[in-house]
Amino acid sequence: MRYEAVIGLEIHAQLRTKTKIFCGCSTEFGSEPNSQTCPVCIGMPGVLPVLNKRVVEFAIKTGLAMNCRISPYSRFARKNYFYPDLPKGYQISQYELPICEHGYVDIVVDGVKRRIGITRIHMEEDAGKNIHERDCSLVDLNRTGVPLLEIVTEPDIRSPKEASAFMRKLRTILRYLEVCDGNMEQGSLRCDANVSLRPEGSEEFGTKTEIKNINSFRFVEKALEYEIKRQEKVLSEGGTIVQETRLWDSERGVTFSMRSKEEAHDYRYFPEPDLVPLVVKEDWIEEIKSSMPELPDEKLKKYTEEFGLPQYDAELLTEERPIAEWFEEAVRLGGAPKEVSNWMMTELLRLLNENNIEIISCRVTPEHLVKIIKLIEEGKISRNIGKKVFADVFQTGKDPEEIVKEKGLVQISDTSELQRLVEEVLKNNPKEVERYRGGEQKLLGFFVGQVMKASKGKANPKAVNELLRKKLSS
Amino acid sequence: MEPYRLKLKEALEAIKNSELSPVELTEAVLSRIEAVDEKVKAYVTVTKEHALKRAHTLEGSNEALPLKGIPLAIKDNLCTEGIRTTCSSRILENFVPPYESTVTMRLLDAGYVLVGKTNLDEFAMGSSTENSGFFTTRNPWDTERVPGGSSGGSAAAVAADECIAAIGSDTGGSIRQPASYCGVVGLKPTYGRVSRFGLVAFASSLDQIGPITKTVEDAAILMNIIAGHDLRDSTSAEVECPDFTSTLGRDIKGLRAGIPKEYFSEGLDSEVEEAVKKAVSVLEQEGLEVEEISLPHTEYAVATYYILATSEASSNLARYDGVKYGLRVEAKSLLDMYLETRSKGFGQEVKRRIMLGTYALSAGYYDAYYRKAQQVRTLIKRDFEDAFKRVDVIITPTTPTVAFRIGEKIDDPLKMYLNDIYTISVNLAGIPAISVPCGFNSEGLPVGLQVIGRAFDEETILRVSHHYEQLTEWHKRRPEL
Ligand SMILES: [Zn+2]
Repeated sequence: MRYEAVIGLEIHAQLRTKTKIFCGCSTEFGSEPNSQTCPVCIGMPGVLPVLNKRVVEFAIKTGLAMNCRISPYSRFARKNYFYPDLPKGYQISQYELPICEHGYVDIVVDGVKRRIGITRIHMEEDAGKNIHERDCSLVDLNRTGVPLLEIVTEPDIRSPKEASAFMRKLRTILRYLEVCDGNMEQGSLRCDANVSLRPEGSEEFGTKTEIKNINSFRFVEKALEYEIKRQEKVLSEGGTIVQETRLWDSERGVTFSMRSKEEAHDYRYFPEPDLVPLVVKEDWIEEIKSSMPELPDEKLKKYTEEFGLPQYDAELLTEERPIAEWFEEAVRLGGAPKEVSNWMMTELLRLLNENNIEIISCRVTPEHLVKIIKLIEEGKISRNIGKKVFADVFQTGKDPEEIVKEKGLVQISDTSELQRLVEEVLKNNPKEVERYRGGEQKLLGFFVGQVMKASKGKANPKAVNELLRKKLSS
Repeated sequence: MEPYRLKLKEALEAIKNSELSPVELTEAVLSRIEAVDEKVKAYVTVTKEHALKRAHTLEGSNEALPLKGIPLAIKDNLCTEGIRTTCSSRILENFVPPYESTVTMRLLDAGYVLVGKTNLDEFAMGSSTENSGFFTTRNPWDTERVPGGSSGGSAAAVAADECIAAIGSDTGGSIRQPASYCGVVGLKPTYGRVSRFGLVAFASSLDQIGPITKTVEDAAILMNIIAGHDLRDSTSAEVECPDFTSTLGRDIKGLRAGIPKEYFSEGLDSEVEEAVKKAVSVLEQEGLEVEEISLPHTEYAVATYYILATSEASSNLARYDGVKYGLRVEAKSLLDMYLETRSKGFGQEVKRRIMLGTYALSAGYYDAYYRKAQQVRTLIKRDFEDAFKRVDVIITPTTPTVAFRIGEKIDDPLKMYLNDIYTISVNLAGIPAISVPCGFNSEGLPVGLQVIGRAFDEETILRVSHHYEQLTEWHKRRPEL
């Protein structure tokens, strides 16, 4: 029997607010353990949470970007369980009335568009970290109270590839909105997956397992592929799937059982009495809406339809907002979209990659690129010299025109200067001249090369070509 | 008169007129504590050195402060920076908060002198202080009897003149019931009127801090200092605070009062009933228009309260796990550490309520208990809203009986819970109520009159109870110790 996979994702995204969700502590990472804490996030007796408005704004932004309905009235709830990294003995989360519901995100896989439903998005606080030493366990509460968004999809995903595409799309959106840095390896974006199989064509859901600890984009596909194969094997051998939580072990490339349904926690959710219901007014939503950046889907449409870029190029340029904005700035300054795109795809992205630099700290500006393109168009420098100038600007941040001037890179189109060079080359290579005149026309390239070399690349190749032909045929 | 016997208002005037200095008053109160607290046992911690130092500092300053040099007692569930705050629990026996509650911060800014932290039922769960993890406070009128609870230490300290006034907290009657038992005034403000920041939570949606004083006017003076919006408490209301003393002295002609028939039924002691009815007729003669009303959902209040309060408590008390502060019993595993710390640290009643609340919130029971109780809470609230369309205040007994004997009810939690039968609905509805002395029974034990008001209308209940107080002498009697 052929099976179809049914996948739903539950994503936790750490929000990039300056302070925590319910106190004024910094969300900065990498500090001395327990240095970013206060009585509120340590859960001392008698202290109370105060909601960080920024977190709500980020949640609304995310909800709008994922086409959700923003609830005018939502509530926080307590999720109760004991663990040393959870100082209050409960996590403040949302349960019955989340802030965002009923949204969707479109993805494209192998050229086919798929719409993935978003069940809900809610706000909650992160827990701390337990550190286990040989003879004791330590607790670091710096992360306690860092704001999280939990994003839950409908079980609309049908393959590991789609899941991976969804995660990438989600990351792109979160980064566009500047609400989350989207780093799975560092845990600022976490993904749990619910997976079940059903016979192809069936409408019913099979028993699902939940996969936790998928801590890299690479592993989204791998973990799901493994789990689907595992379930397939169980089912085809006549077995049944046990509803359980499984952990992904990236070292061994397997999932293994963590706890069964029977061992699942009863979180005893109830409305958080220390916080009043959250009322979001329509005009605030409108205000947030108007402050939102253009999103990747809109940009993609513009790049392919208006600018005529190929789908692949457009996708690459829109994946990160700063790159898209760099591109658009260059176009605004007069660069032809296709030409700018070509330069970015071949030179800029390569150099950024090789040097491990983010585009925001890159020394080449869109203005620089437009200047280089213009210098080539005007015949002042060759394309090859242009590439060298680009690399030079990338290193130094100097103005391209200045570099060209300083290094004397301006193309030699001056006939008398070129004539001198050509004559010299012909004089130094009498055998080749004879062979050319004897019919070996392909030697023209050789002469061009020699002239270019003698001019240190500055000779205008077109002019050299013409001049050589003339001289050699005379 | 000995300075410790002064009412708050009198003490303020004496200090203002330099008839008395903050140090003299503080010393007088401290020596009173030394003299009688062995019998009353109102205090968990007496902050003698701190108080003297503070009184000296205040005395040396020319700043005019609204509570300058007034020695107050604070219930030991309000956090005081650098001063042990125990909640009368073994689990917090040595807990010293690094922060100040909003209420005590406002009192500090007003120039008060903290003389000590008073005893309570552990985590404010109880009606007698018998659930204190340390000892039982005695009723100054009869030391064989309970002072009421949970703010029993605060009420007893005021009644025994071991402070000029005190602060308590009220979740189901914990200010009003001990005030009634000890023959003093106790006000539970509207939910949201006073910041809860720094009040160790029992049931967050019900807890409210308020004054326990010798007179109604003293309560109004303290309200002027402690009430008002606080950014650190999201449930504190953003409403304008009046001058709570401004309506005192206005007559009560034309005001309408409701007497809920459900509060005068089985279980009400006849002497208490008589005293309350007499008080009502005194007010009637002053022009108060009295009518019988009905609060039909009253009979569900105790059950509703014990579901909601315990549910919230089960969660609020989860943080006492031995990991970060307070008691830790070392054990072989994490689970054992949790179990042993909490088994040893919490008393019987606290454990009982944690279990009740955990059960009520559990999967499969939530709808039948917690959700249902929330719905009934709404009905109870509506009862009051309907009643307040017709009347301005509601008058009831504060408690069904006078103070009972120590040990009398400790083995029967249900009997104990019924002590709060007249006070609990007010917390569920989130409205204000005050208890004022309205007589003594044949054994010489005080009886309290409860005046309930509309949300954020403390002024009217202060006005009515103050008017009553002016016509009677009950509040002038003091127990002999
Ligand atoms: Zn903090």
